[in-house]
Amino acid sequence: MLTDFGNIFIFILLAAVFVVFAIFLSSLIRPARPTQEKLLTYECGENPEGSPWVKFNIRFYVIALIFLIFDVEVVLLLPWALAYKSFGIVGYLVGFTFLFVLGLGMAYEWRKGDLQWDRPKIVPPVLDIKKFDTTIINGSEPQKKASVL
Amino acid sequence: MKNDEEIFEILKAKFGDSIIELNAKSPFEKVIVIAPLKIKEVSYFLRDDSELDFCSLVLLSGVDDANGEKVELEEGFKGIQGGTLSVYYHLESINQKQKATLKVSTSRENPEVESVSDVWRNADWHEREAFDMYGIKFLNHPDLRRILMPEDWEAGYPLRKDYRNPEFYQGMKVPY
Amino acid sequence: MGLLDKEFSDGNIVITKTDDLLNWARLSSLWQVGFGLACCAIEMMATSASHYDFDRFGVIPRNSPRQADVIIISGTVTLKMAQRIKRLYEQMPDPKYVISMGSCSNCGGPYWDHGYHVLKGIDRVIPVDVYVPGCPPRPEALLEGLLKLQEKIRNESTVKKSA
Repeated sequence: MLTDFGNIFIFILLAAVFVVFAIFLSSLIRPARPTQEKLLTYECGENPEGSPWVKFNIRFYVIALIFLIFDVEVVLLLPWALAYKSFGIVGYLVGFTFLFVLGLGMAYEWRKGDLQWDRPKIVPPVLDIKKFDTTIINGSEPQKKASVL
Repeated sequence: MKNDEEIFEILKAKFGDSIIELNAKSPFEKVIVIAPLKIKEVSYFLRDDSELDFCSLVLLSGVDDANGEKVELEEGFKGIQGGTLSVYYHLESINQKQKATLKVSTSRENPEVESVSDVWRNADWHEREAFDMYGIKFLNHPDLRRILMPEDWEAGYPLRKDYRNPEFYQGMKVPY
Repeated sequence: MGLLDKEFSDGNIVITKTDDLLNWARLSSLWQVGFGLACCAIEMMATSASHYDFDRFGVIPRNSPRQADVIIISGTVTLKMAQRIKRLYEQMPDPKYVISMGSCSNCGGPYWDHGYHVLKGIDRVIPVDVYVPGCPPRPEALLEGLLKLQEKIRNESTVKKSA
């Protein structure tokens, strides 16, 4: 006889089979007319330029890992926060040990500099106003510059 | 605050022959007419002089004056020969609370005007539009390309009075 | 001749033709390309909003033509844009439908003579199923256009060619 978990397993199985069956069926009855234009990369109607496989900064992986760790932490802490009262002082201390170890890891990566982000130096564009501009060079009109810019 | 006559007198005293006239025929504003190849110099002066102080170019627009001679180039189509194309500059001084309108006129066959995009940065795209619609060439412009019409538009400059739409563009029929 | 008319007396079994089933599935979830061109797009957005509720006919804006069934050309089509529209239309999967909304995309509208940059009718570039007149059409008009399109899809057949 099936247990309750068995029922759920059959339910999941049926759902998966249904999805595969529906995709298979629709592939049978849909019209398929591939053209070169249709298979082109979608870029809002523009001509696609370059490859979508671009490099991006390796630091995003570090950020993603740290995010994952703290995400899991929340998942573990929520049931603990709901149930620690029934375990008394031991359950309370276990939670704190967990938090302490996580905090230690956080302090380590902070100290290591993994949370630092080297930003490129931003050079704001400057309007070249030296040509013909004798008043500013002579310094006779200090508030002049602001109005020009 | 100065009126148009005073601004005209200041410019006339400074630049002489480059300032052609003060045109008061328009009912709305008096127009200072300037030689097309001197407009940049005059603009620098207008912007930087402490009494004029025109810090803002409100509008730069091209105009086809259509004052040339109408000639029949082909059967049923009249083209224009001679005459002028103009560029109008509307300036405003926020500090001095005054306005001025400048105009340069250049020949229809070889329209060349000095660019003022170094003086006021917003003139960059305005001049590209005037080039796009009227074919006025702005000398020393950093990037004089079409801005609104397609890059490969070969039928000419659409806001000129003697413009004719092409029959087809990229295989699409253009006239109604 | 709806899909559920031919049911047996206990109501649990429905018989239908394959054509009817396919057409019913297609016309009940016409997903549109989220695509607006000019002032008609404002009316299209109003149609999508709560008061006129496009969603009740199964019309959901999708952000990619790959997932869409219908494209509503809502507004003035410039010559520059027509090339992009053609490509968007090409990239939609079959079967695909086109609703031309408003005077501009029907025939050039107010730009019919002096619009040097306007395509005089989107049907010069892509095939149109339903024209909705108006400048811009009210949301009710667009809804009627959609109902007309659904009518058209209902009479389609997998075997015989449509006119």
